[in-house]
Amino acid sequence: MENKLIISPSPHIHGGDSISKNMYGVLIALVPAFLVSLYYFGLGALIVTAVSVLSCVIIEYLIQKFLRKQEPTIWDGSAILTGVLLAFNLPSNLPVWIVIIGALAAIGIGKMPFGGLGSNIFNPALIGRVFLLISFPAQMTTWPVPEALSTHYMDAETGATVLSLIKGGTNNLPSYADMALGNMGGSLGEVSAIALLLGLVYMLVRKIITWHIPVAIIGTVAIFTGIMHGVAPYTYANPAVHLLSGGLLLGAIFMATDYVTSPMSKAGMIVYGIGIGVLTTVIRLFGSYPEGVSFAIIIMNALTPLINSYIKPKHFGGK
Amino acid sequence: MLRTFRIGGIHPPENKLSAGKKITPLAIPEQVIIPLSQHIGAPAQAVVKKGDVVKVGTLIGKSGGFVSANIHSSVSGKVNKIDNAIDASGYKRSAIYIDVEGDEWEESIDRSNQLAKTCALSAKEIIDKITEAGIVGMGGATFPTQVKLMPPPGNKAEVLIINAAECEPYLTSDHSLMMEKGEETLCGISILMKAIEVDKAVIGIEKNKPDAISHFENLAKEYKGIEVMPLKSRYPQGGEKQLIDAVIRRQVKSGSLPISVGAVVQNVGTAYAVYEAVQKNKPLIERVVTVTGKNVSNASNLLVRIGTPISKLIDAAGGLPVNTGKIIGGGPMMGKALISTEVPVTKGSSGILLLSEAEAVRKPMYNCIRCAKCVNVCPMGLNPTLLMDATEFSNWELAEKNNIVDCIECGSCSYTCPANRVLLDYIRLGKGKVMGIIRARKS
Amino acid sequence: MILIAIISLGGIGVVGAVLLYAASKKFEVYEDPRIAQVQDVLPAANCGGCGYPGCSGFAAACVKAESLDSLFCPVGGADVMNNVASILGKEASTSDPMVAVVRCNGTCEARPRTNQYDGAKNCAIAASLYGGETGCSYGCFGYGDCVSACTFDAIHINPETLLPEVIDDKCTACGACVKACPKNIIELRKKGPKSRRIFVSCINKDKGGIAKKACDNACIGCSKCQKECPFEAITIENNLAYIDYQKCRLCRKCVPVCPTNAIHELNFPPRKEAVETKETQEETK
Repeated sequence: MENKLIISPSPHIHGGDSISKNMYGVLIALVPAFLVSLYYFGLGALIVTAVSVLSCVIIEYLIQKFLRKQEPTIWDGSAILTGVLLAFNLPSNLPVWIVIIGALAAIGIGKMPFGGLGSNIFNPALIGRVFLLISFPAQMTTWPVPEALSTHYMDAETGATVLSLIKGGTNNLPSYADMALGNMGGSLGEVSAIALLLGLVYMLVRKIITWHIPVAIIGTVAIFTGIMHGVAPYTYANPAVHLLSGGLLLGAIFMATDYVTSPMSKAGMIVYGIGIGVLTTVIRLFGSYPEGVSFAIIIMNALTPLINSYIKPKHFGGK
Repeated sequence: MLRTFRIGGIHPPENKLSAGKKITPLAIPEQVIIPLSQHIGAPAQAVVKKGDVVKVGTLIGKSGGFVSANIHSSVSGKVNKIDNAIDASGYKRSAIYIDVEGDEWEESIDRSNQLAKTCALSAKEIIDKITEAGIVGMGGATFPTQVKLMPPPGNKAEVLIINAAECEPYLTSDHSLMMEKGEETLCGISILMKAIEVDKAVIGIEKNKPDAISHFENLAKEYKGIEVMPLKSRYPQGGEKQLIDAVIRRQVKSGSLPISVGAVVQNVGTAYAVYEAVQKNKPLIERVVTVTGKNVSNASNLLVRIGTPISKLIDAAGGLPVNTGKIIGGGPMMGKALISTEVPVTKGSSGILLLSEAEAVRKPMYNCIRCAKCVNVCPMGLNPTLLMDATEFSNWELAEKNNIVDCIECGSCSYTCPANRVLLDYIRLGKGKVMGIIRARKS
Repeated sequence: MILIAIISLGGIGVVGAVLLYAASKKFEVYEDPRIAQVQDVLPAANCGGCGYPGCSGFAAACVKAESLDSLFCPVGGADVMNNVASILGKEASTSDPMVAVVRCNGTCEARPRTNQYDGAKNCAIAASLYGGETGCSYGCFGYGDCVSACTFDAIHINPETLLPEVIDDKCTACGACVKACPKNIIELRKKGPKSRRIFVSCINKDKGGIAKKACDNACIGCSKCQKECPFEAITIENNLAYIDYQKCRLCRKCVPVCPTNAIHELNFPPRKEAVETKETQEETK
């Protein structure tokens, strides 16, 4: 025995899970939604996503290398994921320079100043999106109309989203089938309910996330909008429209479940999910913005440390 | 739907390479090193000196307190010296070296293989015999058995739970014992039932041992009150509190003993040792040890005399593989890394696991990404990442408030962590500190 | 318009001032003014070396105590204690200035590794597991629990020897490193005139042969130093020599006789014979 024996405390084996496995797992779960967006928004979706991912990765690399002077960890997949999620929250006709500003806000404001992956308080992609929404309200709310395999980018024909139609008081909505498939206006990754749910199933099977947060959010929105619809059916749209439209599913499945910014205990996750659901519905029904998922998630991100300190995991044997 | 414990848990690859291998007796070595501290509690006091002649079964170490255990010679021969030896604790501790001469046994020990089924002794006589024989928990915790059989006043045992889960990957010593010594083990269980005066015993066996389940179900028909309960394979099912939760659906409260919910838990190997001690007058001088590992050419279950250096066991299993990086005493989840092949087998050695260098080296650690996977797998419902941080920053108040002392050190958190954080390393340290603080406060 | 603004803001200001005044009167906590005075002369390091939680805790204890005999600020030393005593009109306790001393000498060359540690780099964690990466189970791990315990930046791990080294000028003898070391290697010893001191830099209690095999620089308990010492300052217990710093007169006679160079002298002027003895020793090797 020439080599020296290794000594370490137990356990001596590891399950083989890693940060990058989880991050790439989420990316795989996002593939169906991306394919749908490529189909409906064509070239624009491709350009916006590519620019967003590239700029997020490059900005993270530069900050880690030159500002924080540490070994860049861009291959762990978290910057790529932020890039994809940011792009999914943008209209597909957004100019390249605005996308880059969004990436800068996401990584440069939302993530790295806090200490990088694991230390950020808010979901970086949402910081990017909200930053852009406030800075460039016009560009951020003109949505291209879906067109199969479109080759248009910034010159695409624009129209309204389902939620702004409702706000405007129209009842001339797309059919449920179109909404489920993604044949409607909106941010490029949020349109197809079916594709997003496929991603959810994949992540649940791979045990990347647990069901608690998405179910709590979707359930709360369904119940809350259901009650409101029951009270005043002509003022408020029915729950199915709310669930299928806007960024609710994208937010509930991919944005709110971000590890870093969501609570750690299961009960905490439920509380967090209900909070997001309530806030989303309040903003949608009574606020001036047609869409409220991103604001709701950011507000609940801020409350996550509080939830963590008050709601502990269920203790063996009770307290 | 099979039962299991209700919070957390993991299912690591089982790798039971030596399953189904017959128990083979290992040749007696030329010298044995018998540590005086093979159990939890006070070390035994040596009652022999250099040059003394001993037989197999001669008392050589006397129990050093209430929580302590007798130690007997496992060979016949001459005491060479009483000196320090490195044992599984990683430190040099007092041990008795005996040079082997022949194999002569104490006359009182019944060496026949005949099954002695009936036991006419009273509870007290049984416990005395167990104390005398120096029996400790054979699953690895090595808590002196007699102490567990004497509940503190005001508590009454309702059910005896036999831990045959063997949830640690790789290990098969309990499994092989159940297959080959099933009758004796069941007899041991009925003796234990008598000792704690209960009429019900449940044997918890994980479903990855179907042969043991059906074997025991057949045998148990002859015994009144003994029930076999197949359990879902899940780690750490062999943890005392987890097993109680799985079997009788009661959770032992923080800081309480299992007896508070009416349960006494004993390992299946302990039950066999109890049979031998009570019915055959045989003290605990040998045990079944699994020698295993992916690179071990002949993974096996060996019947080994206490005090045999593990190098002999490794030789019997085909020798030390060249790429060995780590030798573990026990299973991969809770076992201890050993620093030399001269460490002796003790009462708690359930296995010797050889990992290759590639398997052994830990991967680099990253920042916590707060994925809460450690929280999800913690069988005690703790928040491991919070406890690690509290320890790292010496915030003992926070650690205590978040129940760090309830950690059972199963290692599920470190096993699961995608950022390879060494959660248990720190939590174990913090647990020790906080327990010290609590003790100081009480006194 | 301006008038309204001035009146309203001024009014808010007055109301706020009254409220603050009332609150400060109502919730005032009386504190002995001498506590603040004592605290002012303390070093404000809040190291806890005195055994109290921070300097304010120590100040309160000083004011409350009957005599200052059992109270000592290791950081400030005699000067500060004299100041404290004069404020309180009490007698100051006297204590020699102390310094932390690392009693392990097992450099990388002297102490060959026998295994490889792969756990968290923390001495306490390693100590709960085993004796260390070398054959010596008494020696220093070198993972720096003492370094992180030190609030004065006075102890560092030497990257070549992997042993901690104390910077005399910065060390205040607060004892944090002594408590942090799981192996009790660090000891507070008399600083000595001009920081001159002699100590056995080893705590290995194994028999000579075993100790020497594990580490070339180990004390083997040969008792040569004990015989050499004219002041009976050296005792041998459990195969280990110990120099009593109260009895030691710093004559340095024990240093050259040590066959393993386990006895260290610090801050002495170089001497001719010592150099020669060392050379002859190396030759005989």
